[in-house]
Order: sequence, then C-alpha cells, then structure tokens
Amino acid sequence: MENIKIKELKVSAIENGTVIDHIAHGKVLQVVKILGLEDFEDQIYLGANLESKKYGKKGIIKISNHFFEESDINRIALISPSATIIEIKDFVIVKKFNVQVPSLVQGIVKCINPKCVTNQQKVETRFEVFTIENRMRLKCHYCEKFTNQENFDFN
Amino acid sequence: MKKKSLVSIHDFSKEEQLRILELAGEFEKTPNSSILEGQVIASLFFEPSTRTRLSFETAVQRMGGRVIGFADANISSTSKGESLMDSIKTVALYSDLIVMRHPVEGSARFASEVSDVPVINAGDGANQHPTQCLLDMYSILKTQGKLDDLHVAFVGDLKYGRTVHSLTIALTNFNCTFHLVSPEELKLPSSVKQHIKDKNLKYYQYTDLMEAIPKVDILYMTRIQKERFSDPVDYEKVKNAYILTRQMLGNTKPNLRILHPMPRVNEIEEQIDTDPRAYYFQQALNGVYVRQALLAYLLGLKS
Repeated sequence: MENIKIKELKVSAIENGTVIDHIAHGKVLQVVKILGLEDFEDQIYLGANLESKKYGKKGIIKISNHFFEESDINRIALISPSATIIEIKDFVIVKKFNVQVPSLVQGIVKCINPKCVTNQQKVETRFEVFTIENRMRLKCHYCEKFTNQENFDFN
Repeated sequence: MKKKSLVSIHDFSKEEQLRILELAGEFEKTPNSSILEGQVIASLFFEPSTRTRLSFETAVQRMGGRVIGFADANISSTSKGESLMDSIKTVALYSDLIVMRHPVEGSARFASEVSDVPVINAGDGANQHPTQCLLDMYSILKTQGKLDDLHVAFVGDLKYGRTVHSLTIALTNFNCTFHLVSPEELKLPSSVKQHIKDKNLKYYQYTDLMEAIPKVDILYMTRIQKERFSDPVDYEKVKNAYILTRQMLGNTKPNLRILHPMPRVNEIEEQIDTDPRAYYFQQALNGVYVRQALLAYLLGLKS
C-alpha cells in the first residue's frame, strides 16, 4: 500500500477524491466524457501517455473531492476494463478496486443499428452486456441487435 | 392488473405460447362472440401491411370490439413530425390495447414502455413479428397434431427472413430437427444457429431443395428478394432453384404440409394451391384465430 501511495504522489497529489489509474492508452478523454467530468467544479488532473510497467502506456485521472457510486464508475469498464479505482482521504488510500464490466448499460453507447429506435427518436439506449472470449457485446434492449466492442460509439 | 405486452416471441414462456395456441383452437371453433364488446382496439400501421392489419381487425370485429387507427403513416400526425412517444401516449388514453406496425426497429418495445395499455407488435422493421410466429406454430400444431420431434425445412431467404428466425428459435423448445435450404449468400445467421446448438438439436444445410423435401413434415417457403444480392448475376443463378413446383412433390412424407408467411410472388407454383399438402391460405386464416386469442389474453378476458 505504501508503495502505491508514493507512486501516486509523484504524479500529482490530491488530498481527497478519486484516482482512476491504468486507463487504457488513448482512452483518457473518453473516460472524461462518459463520467461527465466536463461538468465538475473541483480540480481534475489528467495524465495521458504515462509509462506503465504493466501496460506500456497508460492514462490517469484524478478528481478532487468526488467519490463515485460503483455502478457509475463501472461504466469505464466498457472502454478500459483494466482501469483501477483508488479512493483517497487525507492523502491516504482508503479503497482500491478494479472496475467490473456491468451487466446492463444505459445511455453512454450508441446502438450500431441505424434503423434502431434509439437512433431515430429521443430514446436512451439500453443494453444487456455479454462477454464472449474477453470481448464485450451489447445486446440492444429495443432492436435486439448486437453492438461489438470494436464498434462502441460513445454518446 | 399488471399490463402485459407482446413485443417479441421471447416475452411469452413456452407455457404461455401453448396457452395462446389452445385459446386459438377455441376461437377457431367459435370465432364469433361479443367478449370484446365495449373495448376499443387501436390499430396503428405506420407502414402498410394489408394482410396483418386486416387479420387483426377481423379478429377484433369477430369478438364484437371496435377498431380505431390508420393504415399508413401519411394519414397520421407522424407526418406532421409528432414523436412516436407522443402518438403512443395519446392513443393509449383513447384505447384499451394497441396493435402497432412500425418500420423502425425496437419501436414496439419502446411503445410498450410508454403505453399504459398492452401493445402487440405487428412487426417492427426487420426485428420481430411475434404474431406471425404464433400463427405459424398454430398451423404446425394443427396439421401435425404436435410441435415436438418434427422435421422442419426452411427454404429461401434464411438470412434476412425474420419469421424464419423467430420460428426457428421458438421451435427449439420442441425438440425439432431443422433442414435449412438456401443459397450460400442467404444462409441462416450463426446467432440463430447458436440457439439450435444450445439445445443440442440438429440442423442440416442444403443448397438443393430436392434433397430436403422427402425428409420433412413441414416445408416453410419464403421469398428471395433480388435486392438481397450485391451481384444481380448471383440472383439470376439461384432464382429458379427455390421455386416449388408440383414435380418436386413426387416423393414426400404423407403428412407434409407447405407453409408460407405470404405474400407469395412466384416461389410456390399456383398449381400447388389445390394440393392437399398446400396449407398457406389456411395458415393466413389461422392468423385471425391466433390474434383473437392474443387480444383476449392480453386484455385479461381469457387467462
């Protein structure tokens, strides 16, 4: 635990809040988008293309004074299943966990089917999540078509 | 009372599907009644489908109900830009049940969520058409006396034919064997085949219709559309191979029945219409009984 703490402090410290670490290379701005961080008032640090022993390059986001519901933050798993969530209070790590792929996804991703009602009317997307051989597939609640991971288009 | 809709055949359990078929049998015996008296059924056809619409409206009238609605989106306020949500919410206030056909996929599920009354999906684009599936099941049950352990051939466009997909999946509950006859370009999608595999059932694929005919109890014909082929030459090559002629019916099981979701273009020779094995017009009539059963069931008049 001590090691992790020192490493985090090297990049940029937050006193209280959430650190999203090990974000897949090139996905930082998408994470910003799906968590709606643009609308946050408190300080946010973004790091991209950082060296990572495990992943080569990674991204990191630090959000001051904000703690997420697990169901909200797990949405990150759609774009970066490798992400780690670290909660910090008084500069100390109080909780650390890996994001989990949710079983249901609401909003966030667009349905690939242009004829789907979610692409034709003001209807929020809803999907059931299937994981087959480490690849995610979303089954649309409305048109019942599958959207594969490589085709995820984030709203 | 909890509102129940029928959007996709999967919304009904096997037991519920069988119950609808049983009720359809009762309506076939006694089609005319007044059990729908005082009920208003909205028939919203955002895209034309004469057969399905008339079949539903006949079902309502046979039971003494009344129908409101339109047969074409051009005469609805959709043409003024009204959202589907507003249309459905409004009509749900006027009526006791909504029958809806719409070209947009998933529109029926959405309608069932914003409507306070039950919604029956009468086709949402290429997605689902569950009443067709139930009437096909009813036709199979009636002609074979059972749904279990049958050999069923699907012929023609197995790739895009939504009736083929839902009927195949529905029949995997009944230990059927599937004989899939299509050109290479129009084979059954692997996602549908997976349902067959999941139930450890067998399927055989053919490009030659003659190979399958002697083996099956049900021959389910579909239309091959020219526009499904990227190369028109490919269409020309196969277009006659999947036309059923009287000569092809020389060697069949005695209980064979020929089904077709209709409309037919040329894929079943008209000479066959008078053959006792031809069942497609009766199949269309069965649609009325099945829809009577569904209306009565979803309105809570039959349980």
